[in-house]
Amino acid sequence: MRKIRVVIAKPGLDGHDRGAKVIARALRDAGMEVIYTGLRQTPDQIVAAALQEDADVIGLSILSGAHNSICPRVLELLREKGLDDVLVVVGGIIPEVDVPALKAAGVAEVFPPGTPMQQIVEFIGGRARARLEAV
Amino acid sequence: MSTAASAAPPTRERWERDVLEPALARSPERQVSFTTVSGREVRRLYGPDDVADLDYGRELGHPGQFPYTRGIHETGYRGRLWTMRQFAGFGAPEETNARYKALLAAGGTGLSVAFDLPTLMGRDPDHELSLGEVGKCGVNVASLADMERLFDGIALGDITTSMTINSPASMIFAMYLVVAERQGADWTRLSGTIQNDILKEFIAQKEYIYPPRESMRLITDVFAFCAREVPRWNTISVSGYHIREAGATALQELAFTLRDGIEYVQYGVDAGLEVDAFVPRLSFFFNAHNDFFEEIAKYRAARRLWAEVMRDRFGARDERSLKLRFHTQTAGVSLTAQQPYNNVVRTAIQALAGVLGGTQSLHTNSLDEALALPTAEAVTIALRTQQVLAHESGVANVVDPLGGSYYVEALTRDMREGARQHFDTIDGMGGMVAAIERGYPQREIAESAYRFQQAVERREKIIVGVNDFVAGDTTAIPTLYIDERVAEQQVARLEALRRARDGDRARRALDGLRAVAAGTGNTMDALLECVRAYATIGEMCDALRDVWGEYEEEPFI
Repeated sequence: MRKIRVVIAKPGLDGHDRGAKVIARALRDAGMEVIYTGLRQTPDQIVAAALQEDADVIGLSILSGAHNSICPRVLELLREKGLDDVLVVVGGIIPEVDVPALKAAGVAEVFPPGTPMQQIVEFIGGRARARLEAV
Repeated sequence: MSTAASAAPPTRERWERDVLEPALARSPERQVSFTTVSGREVRRLYGPDDVADLDYGRELGHPGQFPYTRGIHETGYRGRLWTMRQFAGFGAPEETNARYKALLAAGGTGLSVAFDLPTLMGRDPDHELSLGEVGKCGVNVASLADMERLFDGIALGDITTSMTINSPASMIFAMYLVVAERQGADWTRLSGTIQNDILKEFIAQKEYIYPPRESMRLITDVFAFCAREVPRWNTISVSGYHIREAGATALQELAFTLRDGIEYVQYGVDAGLEVDAFVPRLSFFFNAHNDFFEEIAKYRAARRLWAEVMRDRFGARDERSLKLRFHTQTAGVSLTAQQPYNNVVRTAIQALAGVLGGTQSLHTNSLDEALALPTAEAVTIALRTQQVLAHESGVANVVDPLGGSYYVEALTRDMREGARQHFDTIDGMGGMVAAIERGYPQREIAESAYRFQQAVERREKIIVGVNDFVAGDTTAIPTLYIDERVAEQQVARLEALRRARDGDRARRALDGLRAVAAGTGNTMDALLECVRAYATIGEMCDALRDVWGEYEEEPFI
């Protein structure tokens, strides 16, 4: 079976990329193929990257409060491109009150500040492997 | 009196052999090695041997005397306390205006403006990249009209204002100056700070717009303009804060920040400015993290390094060029979403380090900031923390009370030497702009961030409530929530402004700005005309994008 492929993206105007980079390295060290998009990606650019890279997973890092506008847009575009089965996870500063709506929109999991890297690696590893086996 | 107490103490070697080793045999230490939050190993004990050759006059100096290790003021805080300056901004300008009035009423002694991401990135609220970002991380200011709302009823001649703005610093500063002018305040008496530090944006926070060299021109233009027109304004706040938040160690924060300062001075000199004509208006901004003594050593070493470099490398003669003045903010990155009330304690310890390190002004973070922008109640506790330190703890009564501590002096010296080595490395690359262009500081910081996270993961570093002592966390606290109505309102206002203003004047002013950018004049003069013509932040920044292009970082993991 090929390696799990993860696109890590920083949407919006924010440049705080410490979390995105730390997670990208942790996933790579766990044996996954990680593509980091760099900063200030629009939802269109993120979905295009996922398509081009044949990604199993998109990890969005959002700290600025723009998640309610950005995440549903990414999921909508994924559906338009027939990529509904790509796992979308979000990390960053996401108020708890927003989590149910994000999950209803199709976000698989939200990782708040202080989440152990291992927990994220295991979640993504488990869910993405299931997807790869199904393909 | 027992003979044991009156006899001369044994030598260190004898004490270690006869006393320490048996004690260690009976009860071993908790860890094999002990490190600071930055991963620097510290010894068990520091003593006279560690600072035996310390030269008081050359390395420390009395307070207010070269090299200012013990502080830039002769009387420390006995004359004047530090400025308690709480960074604040959210939503629409009038909401932030109300928060400022409340902070001033609660005994805050200066204002500090947090702008939202569209403003920080030079985009109007109706730009597609502003989607979901308007008013979220700070206040939205799109034009002079918003700046007038932000400071409505606050006399700019009577307060000092710090504005955290970098790529569009000159545009926002021009707006502030025009508001002051309309209030009848004299520019020569205005006092405050614009952050205006683009190098740390490339290094850490990544809120850049233009390429590095063009960005540096905006900054040297502000140096020259202020030396002429606004002499008491701090033209830059050279910031380690964001470098640290991005994952740097205390030493990397110190070294990269001071090397940034050196770069700005070099660019100013290269632009034809006299060192002593602009360096006195440079100020600094450091982080206050959890490792108490390491932070204090960092501030003390910073003062010494700056004084030495300004004298020896640039030939500065004015005392004010040699004195490093700095603002401190407690470490946002150290705050935890889990058990948030613990953050009050972390912030108090960090603030105490800033005070013992001799900061000129201080922002204390609020307990809820790992979750959201702070509520008014949380901000009040943070301000009260500073007031308790200032008025109850007694630490402000004595100048540099930790001076002479074996540990603090040894650490201060290590910090200075470590920073010097970083300076040499960066000088060897051709300076900080060149180092940034090859990604050197960016990679160093990402490496430190990952190492720290791994140490947390392995529980070599304990974070209370996160990777230990986690039981019983059911705390839910009220948080500030900003909805999309702010964006709708700011977009509507902007549309009305574009209809109401003299469109020809705004167009001519923006053309004038493009012409100056393509040539060699001072951009500040052109920007002031744009602001008076009610050109928007997006229009002004776009005019410069037209001429200079935009910078993009090569992504790396």
